[in-house]
Amino acid sequence: MEDAKKLKEFQAKIDAEIKIEPKDWMPEDYRKHLQRQISQHAHSEVIGMQPEGNWISRAPSLRAKVVLLAKIQDEAGHGQYLYSAAETLGKSRDEYIEELQTEKAKYSSIFNYPTLTWADMGAVGWLVDGAAIVNQVSLQRTSYGPYARAMVRICKEESFHQRQGYEIIAHMAQGTPEQKAMAQDALNRFWWPSIMMFGPHDSDSPNTGNATKWKIKRETNDELRQKFIDKTVGQAEIIGLTIPDPDLKWNEARGHYDFGKMDWDEFWNVVKGNGPCNKQRLDHHKKAHAEGKWVREAALTYAHKEKQKQLVA
Amino acid sequence: MDNIKDNQGDVWEVFVQSKPGLPHKHAGSLHATDKEMALQNARDLYTRRNEGTCIWVVPLNAIVSSLPDDVGAFFDPANDKAYRHPTHYVMPEGAKHI
Repeated sequence: MEDAKKLKEFQAKIDAEIKIEPKDWMPEDYRKHLQRQISQHAHSEVIGMQPEGNWISRAPSLRAKVVLLAKIQDEAGHGQYLYSAAETLGKSRDEYIEELQTEKAKYSSIFNYPTLTWADMGAVGWLVDGAAIVNQVSLQRTSYGPYARAMVRICKEESFHQRQGYEIIAHMAQGTPEQKAMAQDALNRFWWPSIMMFGPHDSDSPNTGNATKWKIKRETNDELRQKFIDKTVGQAEIIGLTIPDPDLKWNEARGHYDFGKMDWDEFWNVVKGNGPCNKQRLDHHKKAHAEGKWVREAALTYAHKEKQKQLVA
Repeated sequence: MDNIKDNQGDVWEVFVQSKPGLPHKHAGSLHATDKEMALQNARDLYTRRNEGTCIWVVPLNAIVSSLPDDVGAFFDPANDKAYRHPTHYVMPEGAKHI
């Protein structure tokens, strides 16, 4: 009875575009959905550092190297903002990290693909960050206050990521025939996984349900995917690259691009852990976490000793 | 070491002043084990693009917050006092600079 009344008040707030804050009453499913979604988002930022970290020591110039370092540092920061937002829902950072490492929580499948050439750094920034931005711009209006605030901050920083990626791939597309081929190859490999980042079609998306009613999601997977494709086609044309989809064509009546069928078997196969790099990514995360243990211990011990000293003094 | 469990340190809230003369504004939170670490992490996390001229870090458990459930009663004293606003007063026709 009490809950029914609270649920009604909660929905009224959502409908009136009033943000939900950590101490407000919320339905258990709303809390659970956010814990899952925000932590998955945080894990993606952190795991996403790995494919790019692979190229720090191999960047082709000093400029490219400092840019890449700055970008990866941003991704670490984005992970921090998101973990903090997730923690306001009553679960600790340590619990979220454990869920990732025990594979109870997921991260974006896109990071289970390898980054084989320098052109991939271009494709990742241009397409992967580009797709992420479309999603994140939409999430700036999500109904949970801490998540919305993290998104605003992230969106401000993320546009540099996409521009630096596009600069790399544009540069290579105008280079020698080998460089151009490398750029095209990167686009070929990253295109389909990038547009699948938005998730399954609305007709078979398992997590939509209340997410729309509760305004956690403001636009559907298919709407966001279409936005991304419409933006990106012209960017590929202008640098002389071809999007690897023979069915891609402008549909005057719809005012959008039509595009071909995505391979959902591959998508689910990678989600389930069978992508080219799933094991490598998780193993590396566990190793880095374990190797950082002595640092955390030293810091905690130091803080403890300082506190003791203050008590004595 | 007195059985301290491996963890990420306490939560600190971060307030950033974007330029002299402006109030410090809540930027977000972070984990740190002591105040120096909190300040340095805050710098690296919230001011990577010259967003600030001063940072405050406050342990989360030092903050006292009003509760959403008490909103009605807690803010009630201010609700019916329209005379605290300048628009409450009727000025004579033609009066200027007031």
